[in-house]
Amino acid sequence: MILERRVGVFICECGLNIAAAVDCQSVMEYARTLPGVAFAVVNRYTCSEPGQEEIKKAIAEHKLDRIVVASCTPRMHEPTFRKAIEEAGLNRYLLEMANIREHCSWVHLHDRDAATEKAKDLVKMAVARAIRLEPQTETRVPVTRAALVIGGGIAGIQAALDFADNGYKVYLVEKAPSIGGIMAQLDKTFPTMDCSI
Amino acid sequence: MTDVGRHPLIELMTYSEVKNVRGYVGNFEVTILRKARFVDEKECTACGDCTEVCPVVRPDEFEIGLATRKAIYSPFPQAIPPAYVIDIEACLGNMPLACEKCSQACEKKCIDYDMQDREVEIKVGVIVIATGMKVFDPRSLTEYGYTRYPNVITSMEFERLINAGGPTAGELLRLDNHDRPKRIAFIQCIGSRSQRRGMPYCSNVCCMNTVKDAILIKEHWPEIDVSVYYIDIRAFGKGFESLYMRSKSYGIRYMRGLPGEIRMNQAGNLELVVENLQDGSVESHEYDMVILSVGLEPDEGLEDLRQKLSLSKTSDGFLMEAHPKLQPVDAPTRGIYFAGCAEAPKDIKDSVTQASGAVARAGILLSKGEITVEAITSRIIESRCRMCGICARVCPYNAIIFDKSKKQYPRVIEAACAGCGTCGAECPFDAIIMRHFTDEQIIAQIDAILETNPMDKVVVFACNWCSYAGADFMCSGRVDKKFVLHAFKKGAPVVLVSGCHFGDCHYIDANHWTAKRIEKLKKQLEKLGIRSERLQLWWISASEGARFRNVMQMMEEIRSTVTPEEVEQTMRILEEAEAKQVEATAE
Repeated sequence: MILERRVGVFICECGLNIAAAVDCQSVMEYARTLPGVAFAVVNRYTCSEPGQEEIKKAIAEHKLDRIVVASCTPRMHEPTFRKAIEEAGLNRYLLEMANIREHCSWVHLHDRDAATEKAKDLVKMAVARAIRLEPQTETRVPVTRAALVIGGGIAGIQAALDFADNGYKVYLVEKAPSIGGIMAQLDKTFPTMDCSI
Repeated sequence: MTDVGRHPLIELMTYSEVKNVRGYVGNFEVTILRKARFVDEKECTACGDCTEVCPVVRPDEFEIGLATRKAIYSPFPQAIPPAYVIDIEACLGNMPLACEKCSQACEKKCIDYDMQDREVEIKVGVIVIATGMKVFDPRSLTEYGYTRYPNVITSMEFERLINAGGPTAGELLRLDNHDRPKRIAFIQCIGSRSQRRGMPYCSNVCCMNTVKDAILIKEHWPEIDVSVYYIDIRAFGKGFESLYMRSKSYGIRYMRGLPGEIRMNQAGNLELVVENLQDGSVESHEYDMVILSVGLEPDEGLEDLRQKLSLSKTSDGFLMEAHPKLQPVDAPTRGIYFAGCAEAPKDIKDSVTQASGAVARAGILLSKGEITVEAITSRIIESRCRMCGICARVCPYNAIIFDKSKKQYPRVIEAACAGCGTCGAECPFDAIIMRHFTDEQIIAQIDAILETNPMDKVVVFACNWCSYAGADFMCSGRVDKKFVLHAFKKGAPVVLVSGCHFGDCHYIDANHWTAKRIEKLKKQLEKLGIRSERLQLWWISASEGARFRNVMQMMEEIRSTVTPEEVEQTMRILEEAEAKQVEATAE
């Protein structure tokens, strides 16, 4: 069943950030040979608006059902691409990224052949995972709009007031018979030398 | 303080403690124990008639024992709520021979000796912990004679002595003969920055507190001679250095080095024995009063509360943040935040800043009214589960509910699960699926990478946070031993597992389980006749690029020692071992 997947692979040149060290055309041709891959293309900047549009267009035109973006670290643009494929009607969890910049072109800048081979391996791994990805639904949990502040010293007092001024109900719990904490025992306070209470 | 008492949205529960916390982010159910104060909080007008007639005298906690209070009392004049309270242990009102003087004196009849403790249930979405700290008790530093010498006092006692509302109405007095001291010394770092006694850390506030106290003395009584004995003066905050300089302009003397001992002479004065750091000679200086600048410790109740909320602490005993730099006010457990000294010693400004920060962070959850849980949580496959309970035990978030006696399958609370995968890796029966990081997906990746030229490759399992910043799963806790064995079976010469350092783990302490698991696995490899050196575990933080390079170079060195024959042998050993296991299971 997973071999019936239609994976689209988008290889980003990131200007010269990736293209200077990785032969992106060769990676693209290699990607087309991988099981499950229905479409592969090289982009100048996949994260740009035109790059994202290309993903959306390809999803529609080639009936893609899993997306691999080979570009930078997912920390950078995973949210971007998740949003893009969602807009094209795919579940946001059907995206996999291969990091061919931080973990490939940047660290193997002076060895184009090896960097290209590694990029192919990373894309291969990403495709292997992508064809096994399943749509996921995120659970939504309601939040009780009230806060508990434990401790009525200066920190707890400030927290309680800020919550309340934001319009939330606050329970301020203090073990002593009065709030004030240690600060109430101080005479003056630094650096302004004003009274503590 | 009065604003808190007045605010319509703040329900103030003093003389109360958190008894129990259930639930999870957005949906906490908390039981509060409201201790009886034996005085009607709403009716009491704080007129004080009761205190006047009360015959019982006790040390006043607010004045740190430098004054007395009655059994029915107000904690201090500006107390909020302003209601009085009865110290029922001391009160004679409930004795067989009832005293009841206060009750008779109270015109509004607010006093009720039969009042009982009660429990209140509340529901909240977020919790801010602001339990503060306590000051170090210097009695253990016997060389300074605190409590043995009347004129050796702590910085907290000094605060009360110089306060106009304090026991001496702001007159600074020697505690033995009530004369005004002429020579005063402060000793810094009492209980702080010591590897031997007290705490190893810097308590953050004591230097500036002493600078302030020294200035107060000089402003009131310029003729008093003031010296400060210190290790370093840490005046790092805004306006601190100028206050420090101002103190020097008053003639306050700063003497580097802490006294080794205090001796009391026949006049009741104190002699400080201290090494002169310039020529190495031992000197003795005489003072009328010595103030010990005491450090800060976690509050006594913090440990109990920490356990109720399943939070972690750092080695100093204060609460551990979700991330020491990027999430300093968040607990690792969602929906819980820190403010003030519960997290670490800090001054008023930092406490207030952190409190506002905590509220702003909590507001992210509260304002939306609902939270979305990323779909990377774990799921139990009941048909495979044998109810061993390991998953619930290893979960750093207590997100898996399991009670062996109830004979029900473990249940994952999705809102509490952070997706670290430790349960999935530890489950001996493969009964846990990590959504979006399934065994099948990860094994497919291992297969893909090792399909061609495995000999040239080092397989790295790196966590999403410190080690790789964007990798195959969230936490090294997810690295199932099955993954490692699979990589070796597919011809990997070297396998590296890498995650955040202990204490930096983004899943509280899930990487402790990784360490244990890898150690066990190394032993297992040796037993099978596989060189355990080929499996490596390294902690690498996100800021340690050079370390990552060194580790990878080391991996390459190890890899160069592995021959194709050795890899082939490993593959054969593992396949045989697997075949045996399959046979055993079939039987």
